[in-house]
Amino acid sequence: MKRCRLMVEVGRRQFLRGTAVTAAGAAAVATMAGAAKPTRAAGAIAYPGKKLANIRDLQVNVPFDVAYPDDDAPGVLLKMGHAVDGGVGPDGDIVGFSTICPHKGFPLHYVAEDRTFNCPGHYSRFDAEKGGLQIWGQATMNLPQYELHVDENGDIWATGVDELLYGRLSNVLG
Amino acid sequence: MAYKRNVDRLPIIPPDAKEHVAMCHFCIVGCGYKVYTWDANREGGTAPSENIFGVDLSKQQPADSPAWYAPSMYNIVKQNGRDVHIVIKPDPDCVVNKGLGSIRGARLGELSYSTITGTQTKRLTDPMVWRYGQMQPTSWDDALDLVARVTVRVIKEYGEDGLFVSAFDHGGAGGGYENTWGTGKLYFGAMKVRNIRIHNRPAYNSEVHASRDMGVGELNNAYEDAELADTIVAIGTNALETQTNYFLAHWVPNLRGETLEKKKQLLPDEPHEPGRIIIVDPRRTVTVNACEVEAGKDRVLHLAINSGTDLVLFNALLTYIADKGWIDREFIEKYTVGFETPPGEAPMFPARPGGTFDEPRWPGFNEVLAANRTSIEEAAQICGVPAEDIVKAAHWIAEPKGGKRRRTMFGYEKGVIWGNDNYRTIGSIVNLALATGNIGREGGGCVRLGGHQEGYVRPSDAHVGRPAPYVDQLLISGKGGVHHIWGCDHYKTTLNAHEFKRVYKRRTDMVKDAMNSVPYGDREAMVDAIMAAIRMGGLFAVDVDIVPTKIGQHCHVWLPAATQGEMNLTSMNGERRMRITQRYMDPPGQAMPDCLIAARLANHMERVLREMGDHEYADRFKGFDWKTEEDAFMDGYHKHAHGGEFVTYERLIAMGTNGFQEPAQGIDANGRIIGTPRLYADGRFSTPDGKARFMITQWRGLQAPGKEEQKRRYRFLINNGRANAVWQSWYYDVDNRLVMDRWPYPFLEMNPEDMKELGLQAGDIVEVYNDAGATQAMVYPTPTAKRNETFMLFAAPRGVMGNVVNDGVNELVIPNYKQTWANIRKIADAPADVRRISFKSKEYRSA
Repeated sequence: MKRCRLMVEVGRRQFLRGTAVTAAGAAAVATMAGAAKPTRAAGAIAYPGKKLANIRDLQVNVPFDVAYPDDDAPGVLLKMGHAVDGGVGPDGDIVGFSTICPHKGFPLHYVAEDRTFNCPGHYSRFDAEKGGLQIWGQATMNLPQYELHVDENGDIWATGVDELLYGRLSNVLG
Repeated sequence: MAYKRNVDRLPIIPPDAKEHVAMCHFCIVGCGYKVYTWDANREGGTAPSENIFGVDLSKQQPADSPAWYAPSMYNIVKQNGRDVHIVIKPDPDCVVNKGLGSIRGARLGELSYSTITGTQTKRLTDPMVWRYGQMQPTSWDDALDLVARVTVRVIKEYGEDGLFVSAFDHGGAGGGYENTWGTGKLYFGAMKVRNIRIHNRPAYNSEVHASRDMGVGELNNAYEDAELADTIVAIGTNALETQTNYFLAHWVPNLRGETLEKKKQLLPDEPHEPGRIIIVDPRRTVTVNACEVEAGKDRVLHLAINSGTDLVLFNALLTYIADKGWIDREFIEKYTVGFETPPGEAPMFPARPGGTFDEPRWPGFNEVLAANRTSIEEAAQICGVPAEDIVKAAHWIAEPKGGKRRRTMFGYEKGVIWGNDNYRTIGSIVNLALATGNIGREGGGCVRLGGHQEGYVRPSDAHVGRPAPYVDQLLISGKGGVHHIWGCDHYKTTLNAHEFKRVYKRRTDMVKDAMNSVPYGDREAMVDAIMAAIRMGGLFAVDVDIVPTKIGQHCHVWLPAATQGEMNLTSMNGERRMRITQRYMDPPGQAMPDCLIAARLANHMERVLREMGDHEYADRFKGFDWKTEEDAFMDGYHKHAHGGEFVTYERLIAMGTNGFQEPAQGIDANGRIIGTPRLYADGRFSTPDGKARFMITQWRGLQAPGKEEQKRRYRFLINNGRANAVWQSWYYDVDNRLVMDRWPYPFLEMNPEDMKELGLQAGDIVEVYNDAGATQAMVYPTPTAKRNETFMLFAAPRGVMGNVVNDGVNELVIPNYKQTWANIRKIADAPADVRRISFKSKEYRSA
């Protein structure tokens, strides 16, 4: 079980790393105080509106680490270079996903060559160009994707998630 | 857009939720689950004292957390008439799956019947009969009276051979000891029905006659053996997709070297290494890829043999290993028929060259070796794999390690069971396992890996005979007057399906037309009209199932069954681990357990026979006064199964998801059932003298009629099988959004160069056609596919692969689905529901 334990540890480290990333993100939002924060329309729970990046931060097919809806929920933004499912921005090509596998909570890695997220735990794969569709795997859901908006400054805001995140029974903790 | 549930939160399980023992319904592995239910009007909280897990749920939980469940594990169902929340989540304490849930089992929650959330509302809730030109609801008594009267009249005119039966014989949902006993007591006890077949094959026969004839029961090892083996030989099986958590929780740890400590502890007197694996499969599967990821490519040997040539490979391995002196001489001497052929041996051996049923003979090892002798070069040529790879396989299987015998586990499944020359091929595998002393010992075993769980207890089927009647062919040729179907859908899962459906529709339509000609309420006139149609070649069909089926479209009566969880149900898994799934929710409407439907049908047949004055025959339908499934269990398993006297519901519930391994040996001081981890650990095999047999298994090319010609006439091999997302779960998944969004049509894996030649794009709908019929599939570009060799998803509702499988079977009426050849042509561009899916490789890629 050495490898398995290792994966759990990696998972924990990933969560910690997520914390660090979002600490920075939270600071960025703080400096934006006063700007109109997009929030999600009426829903089951109130998601925070959170600025994740500016479109200038993104390069085609290079994952940009973020965390949403809070520090303990790592994810990425991706600019795909062509319009894709759920894509926003001037080219309809910016998407954001959780990077925790919805099967057992292991951290996914992104393979730029075929634009997939891959889970070392049980080999699940998700397609970044098809709304996080599970290409193959053991998860009972497709990859949670962010609801994104881009404002006039090119800031990318997250306002919701379309599936339950692994490891929490409410996407917004509390 | 990929399907998303848009579920942001789930109700929290309160500390006082009811807990039930359950197993996954679907595949042979039988993963353990815990079922939690609590009243719909309340829930727990995030504080440790407010939830069943005792943890702070306001915090993110780590990977592999037991304190999380997915939306697919949740639902709202009825329990004793009240609405309750339900969570069905994998049990971390179950030794089978160790907390893992597959994409099938981890959806048990949302695959439950719920009038609140609308899931599985297609379930049958009431008996339905053909009335005024359509299926209409009726009462149990009305439906069973009609079935009993027609069945009795048919038997009176044609004998019991006029009653045809298709019935499950397995465990899990749509089976289990209660229900195989209920149906078995009816058809093999009260009656002696011969024209009976099983859900996935056109006769009543074993899938592994050869192994049983050799004295080797096919589920003879423990899942732990996959952790202890030096080498696993996986033949015609794609275990990551079809025995998922067996593979993940037991094979993978061995390949990673994580079981080394356990090996040293349990087997201290020999050297140990991380496990190796040999995979015999014409196709590169996700299993091959996962093994390479875990063990490294140098410890994985994929023998991508020509389809149907397994037997040659195993004969060559046996030859090489024997010539090297790596066989287990002591084992052969002590526990098998021995080296020399004894005079005048016993049981049936139909596939021996020149042998007949009247001339059985079991040869000694030396004669078998001489007859089966196959050189490595010959095998390389026939199997189409490099000679050095076959030699490497022989070393991995049997080369002694530090002077000690190598431990090798052989696991096989449908690639050979539904493959060429089933009897001899399986015999050739068992030969090698016996010769290397790998049965009944730690790290060994020669096992089928299995489809469904098992759950068989029935009165003797000896009257069926061997070979058993080829039921599909008899139905096609106009035989039989009434057909009782239990949890089977031949329209999706039989061979020669195109022809079967054509004839079946014609015959059952004759009865429908006859039924339309008389008022439904005039029972006597109705039965007379049905009988008149039967005499003209019609067929009266009764479908017992939990959901509407494809074959049900052409039936006259539907009887609604309860499934596992809506009734208490017992089964055993692929290591003979027997558990109970407790009833945790109500069945839909008037649905009843199959065993009780069988009992009530028996009651009605007895009544009808007494009305006719045939008391002698009526007396045979006594003994069906069961009120509950537990009554059927006590009448069946408890009284008739080997060791059954030790097994009760109460004891099984106490033993939870770990149960015990059959057969039961007794009860320990704590009242727990003592099981049997491995069969044949004492060296006594399942033959009259306790000695295992060897078998002459000579190569005879493509054995089933019509296959060689089909191979010559058509370009593409249409290899076929199952897929991870949907496996033993199609009957629910046909309207599960997650699954149908991924696989709206059956995929056809195809080499991109072949696609280019036929002008095909990813997702195009193609027709697959040959001399047996035609079907459709969705092209999935697969660079690892060999040229001219495709792989099609089996049993899909929107493209039935069985349509193009010809009627050729082996001498024991085992179908041959795998060796099918056909041509392929484009029908249409990818439809809208295909254009949105992904056609990327299914193989995991490392960082």
